[in-house]
Amino acid sequence: MQSACATLEIRDEADAVDAICAAKAKGDCCAIVGGGSKSGLGRYAPQAQALSTAALTGVTLYEPNELVLSARGGVPLSEIEALLDRHGQQLAFEPMDYGPLFGAEAGCATIGGVISVNAAGPRRINAGAARDHLLGFRCVTGRGELVKSGGRVMKNVTGYDLSKLVCGSYGTLALLTELTLKVLPKPQTECTLLAIGADEAESLALLRRATATPCEPSSLAMLPAGAALALDADAAAIRLEGPAISVTARRDELVARLASGGLRFETLDEYDSKTLWRGLRDAAPVAAKVGQIWRISVAPSEGFTVVEHIRAGAPVLAHFYDWAGGLIWLCLETAPDAYAAVVRSAVDASGGHATLIRASEETRATVDIFHPQPAALAALTRRVKESFDPAHILERGRMRAEF
Amino acid sequence: MTLLMPKPEPAIMSRRNELIARLGAMLPRESLIVDDVARRAYECDAFTMYRALPLVVTLPESVEQVRAIMALAAEMNVKLVPRGAGTSLSGGSMPLEDGILLGMSKFNRILEIDYENRCARVQPGVQNLAISKAVEAQGFYYAPDPSSQIACSIGGNVAENAGGVHCLKYGLTTNNILGLDVVLMGGDLIRLGGKHLDSEGYDLIGLMTGSEGLLGVVTEVTVRLLQKPPVARGLLLGFASVAAGARCVGAIIARGVIPAGLEMMDKATIHAVERFQPCGYPLDAAALVIVELDGPQAEVDHLVGVVQDIAREEGATTIRASTSEAERLQFWAGRKNAFPAVSCIAPDYLCMDGTIPRARLPEALAGMDRLAKEQGLGVANVFHAGDGNLHPLILYDASKEGDVERAEKLGFDILRLCVSLGGVLTGEHGVGVEKRDLMGEMFTDVDLAQQMRLKCAFDPEGRLNPGKVFPTLHRCAELGMMHVSGGKMPFPDLPRF
Repeated sequence: MQSACATLEIRDEADAVDAICAAKAKGDCCAIVGGGSKSGLGRYAPQAQALSTAALTGVTLYEPNELVLSARGGVPLSEIEALLDRHGQQLAFEPMDYGPLFGAEAGCATIGGVISVNAAGPRRINAGAARDHLLGFRCVTGRGELVKSGGRVMKNVTGYDLSKLVCGSYGTLALLTELTLKVLPKPQTECTLLAIGADEAESLALLRRATATPCEPSSLAMLPAGAALALDADAAAIRLEGPAISVTARRDELVARLASGGLRFETLDEYDSKTLWRGLRDAAPVAAKVGQIWRISVAPSEGFTVVEHIRAGAPVLAHFYDWAGGLIWLCLETAPDAYAAVVRSAVDASGGHATLIRASEETRATVDIFHPQPAALAALTRRVKESFDPAHILERGRMRAEF
Repeated sequence: MTLLMPKPEPAIMSRRNELIARLGAMLPRESLIVDDVARRAYECDAFTMYRALPLVVTLPESVEQVRAIMALAAEMNVKLVPRGAGTSLSGGSMPLEDGILLGMSKFNRILEIDYENRCARVQPGVQNLAISKAVEAQGFYYAPDPSSQIACSIGGNVAENAGGVHCLKYGLTTNNILGLDVVLMGGDLIRLGGKHLDSEGYDLIGLMTGSEGLLGVVTEVTVRLLQKPPVARGLLLGFASVAAGARCVGAIIARGVIPAGLEMMDKATIHAVERFQPCGYPLDAAALVIVELDGPQAEVDHLVGVVQDIAREEGATTIRASTSEAERLQFWAGRKNAFPAVSCIAPDYLCMDGTIPRARLPEALAGMDRLAKEQGLGVANVFHAGDGNLHPLILYDASKEGDVERAEKLGFDILRLCVSLGGVLTGEHGVGVEKRDLMGEMFTDVDLAQQMRLKCAFDPEGRLNPGKVFPTLHRCAELGMMHVSGGKMPFPDLPRF
C-alpha cells in the first residue's frame, strides 16, 4: 500500500469480481496488497483503494510425487516453503524476499506477490525464474472477469501461455486468486567454492569460465571486497548442489580447471553456503547501505563494463554481481534523479535493462522505474494491458505513467 | 471433411492478380510462387488430413521483405499464414485459400554463437538440430529436442513451444529462449529480450512462445546454449503391466531423481519397433520404460544405482543399464523409430497429444483401451512418461469406409478423457486446426475471450493465421478491443464457424 487508503479484504473470487466491478463502475483504481513486502517497488502511484489478498488462504493441492502445488494468492511464501521443506522439496527459482530491502520484516511475502514480480534468486541461471515454474492460474482481470489459464501438468501448449504474462506484471493485469506451481526436489547437499585473489574483472571472467565447464554450478556471484563474508579481497563464489558424492567431485574438478597463480580457493560447507546465498538472494550487501538501489540485467560478459561506466558518472556505495555477472545490484548515493541517465546510458550501450528498486516516493514519482520502451513496443504493451484492464483499474501507473 | 475453415473471401480472391503484382515488385522472382503445381507443395503441413491451396506463397530472404509483405497484407486486408519447416502436427501452418503463405525457410543462418554468454542468435528457419551440431565441438548443445528436430525449424519451435525427450529436466522452448525479433501485422518490428535474462515489462517472449503464429512473425531468435553433460547413461526397464511401469515412473520422481529423459511404450509399440528395427527390447514386457540420466560421472553412476533399486522394488522384469555410449544409443534407437515403426503395422495412424497428471496414467491407458474398442480401432502408445505427455497412435485404414471419421472421433474422445483426468488437450503439438473445436472442453467462453483479446492487441484485424486455435472467430470489436469508427465494422461478412 502506497499510502493510507481504504482497504478491502478479498475473501474469495466472488469478492474480487465484486470489488473490481465496483471500482470499474466508479472509475477508481486499486492497489493489490498481499504481505506488503513489495509496496515500495515500482512507480509511486497512490491508488484510491487497496484490495488485500491476505484472506485468500489455503494450499489447495499438493502432490509431492507429481511435483505440483496449488495455493491461493494470499498464502504466505513462508507457509509454502515450510510445507515443501517437510517433503524435501522446494521452489527451485529461490524467490527473493524484498521485505528487508525496504526495511520491513523478512518472510511476509505472499505467493501472489512472488509471481507478480517474477521473483528469482541466484539459482535463476539454471533453474529459471518464477515464470518458468508457474503452470497455471486463476485470476480476476481488470474487467472484473474470472479467468483461468494453463493447467497443473508440466507440458501444456493449449492456448496462449498467459502464465508468462502475469509473471512480472506487478498486478497491473489481474488479481491472482490461485496459482499452480511446479516444485522440485531439494538437492541433497550444497557447498560453495570461493576463488579469492583475482580482481573484479578477472573474477567475473572466472565465473564465465566456470559456466563453460561440465561442473554444473547452480549459482555464480562476484563479491567485491567487503560485500559479504567479511572478506577483505574480491572473491568469486560458485555454488554446487546435488548428491554429496557429486558435489565433492565437481568442486575438485572446478578447482583443477580454474586454478591459476595467485588464486586461493576456500570451500564453504552446506550451512555457510546456504547463509551466503540467502543473503545474496535478498541483495543483502546493498540492502544494508543507505542509498538508492538499482537492479540491472545484462549479458554476463557486459556486467563489468556497465559498472565501470556507472562508476564514472555516479557515486557507487556498494555493489555485487550475481548470475555469473548478468545481474548487478548497485547502491548509489541518493540523488533526486537517482542518476537514471547515467545508469540507463551505461545499460543501453550493452543491451539489457535497469530497474530502480529503492528510492523515495518523490523520486519514484518522477523517474522512470522500468526501462523506457521503443514506440512500437510501448504501444503493444499498452494494448496488452488494456486487453485485461481497459479502464486501467488495477495498479494504475505502477509500471508505466500512461496506464 | 468435417473441419470448417473460414470461407475464402471473394473480395480477396478477386484481387489476387493485384496482390501478385505488388508482391512481385518487392520480392525477387524466386521468392514468389504463384503457379498451381508449385503451390501444391505447401498445401498442408505434417497434419495431412486437411489441405488447402494457398493464394500465393512468398519466401522472403530479409527482414525488410517480411515487413513489406506484412505491411502489404495489412493494407490489402489479406490473411497471412506463417510457416517454418511445415512439421506441425496440428495444422498450425495449414494455408488458407485466400491467404498469403509466408515461408521462412530462407532465414536459415546462424548469425552469432556467443559461448561466453552461452547463447546463439539464429534465424527462424534454422533447423533445431543444426544449432546443437554447430556448437557440439565446443561442448555445448541446445536442449529442446522435439522428435522432428532433424527437420523442424527453430521459428516453428517458438510458435509451437516445442518440447522433446529432454524437457522434463531442461524445459521446453519457452524456458530456453532469451530474445526474439518479431514483425507484427502491419510491419512494425519489435525486439524482445536479448542476451540477458528476465526482460522487464510484460513477458511477450513467453506469450509469443506457443502462440501458433497468431501474434507475429519471428525473424530472429536468441537461444540459450547448455554445457553438454560429461556422461549420459540409459536404463531399459521392462514391466509385466503398464500400471507397474507407471508406478515405477512415479517412484523415480518421488525419490527426487529428475532424469534427462523418461519415456514409456506399450506392448503394441515394443513389438512394432522390434519388427521395424530390432534393438533388443524385451518382447515379454507389457510396458517398457527408458530412463536417461546425465551429469558428472560420479553423480550419474550413483543415480543409475538408485533407479535400479527402485525398479527392483517396483517388480521390473527387465533391468539393463548402459555401459557404453553405443549401448545407450541402442536403447534409444527403438524409441526414436517408434513412429515409423507403427506406420508398418497399420496403413494409417493419427498421433494424438494430450497431457495428464502422471499418477492418472493407468486410468488414462485403461480408458483409451475402452474408447478404442468402442470404435473398433487399435491404439499404440509411446509417450513422455516423466511429464505425463501421451502420444496415442490411433491405427486406422483410410481406404476403409468410415475409418477416418472413427479415428477422429476416437482422438477427440481421448483428449476429452485427458481433460477429465485433470490434463490438457495438447502437450506439445499445439491446438492448430486439429484441436481447435475442443478448446471449450478446457476453457470457458470468458477464458477464451480473454485469449482472443490478446490476439486483438497484436492483430486487431484478425488477419494473421485466422481459423487456428480458437473455435469461433470473433471480431475484436465484440471483444471490446476495437473502436468502431463511423459505424464501419471491419469485415462485416466474416464467416462464423
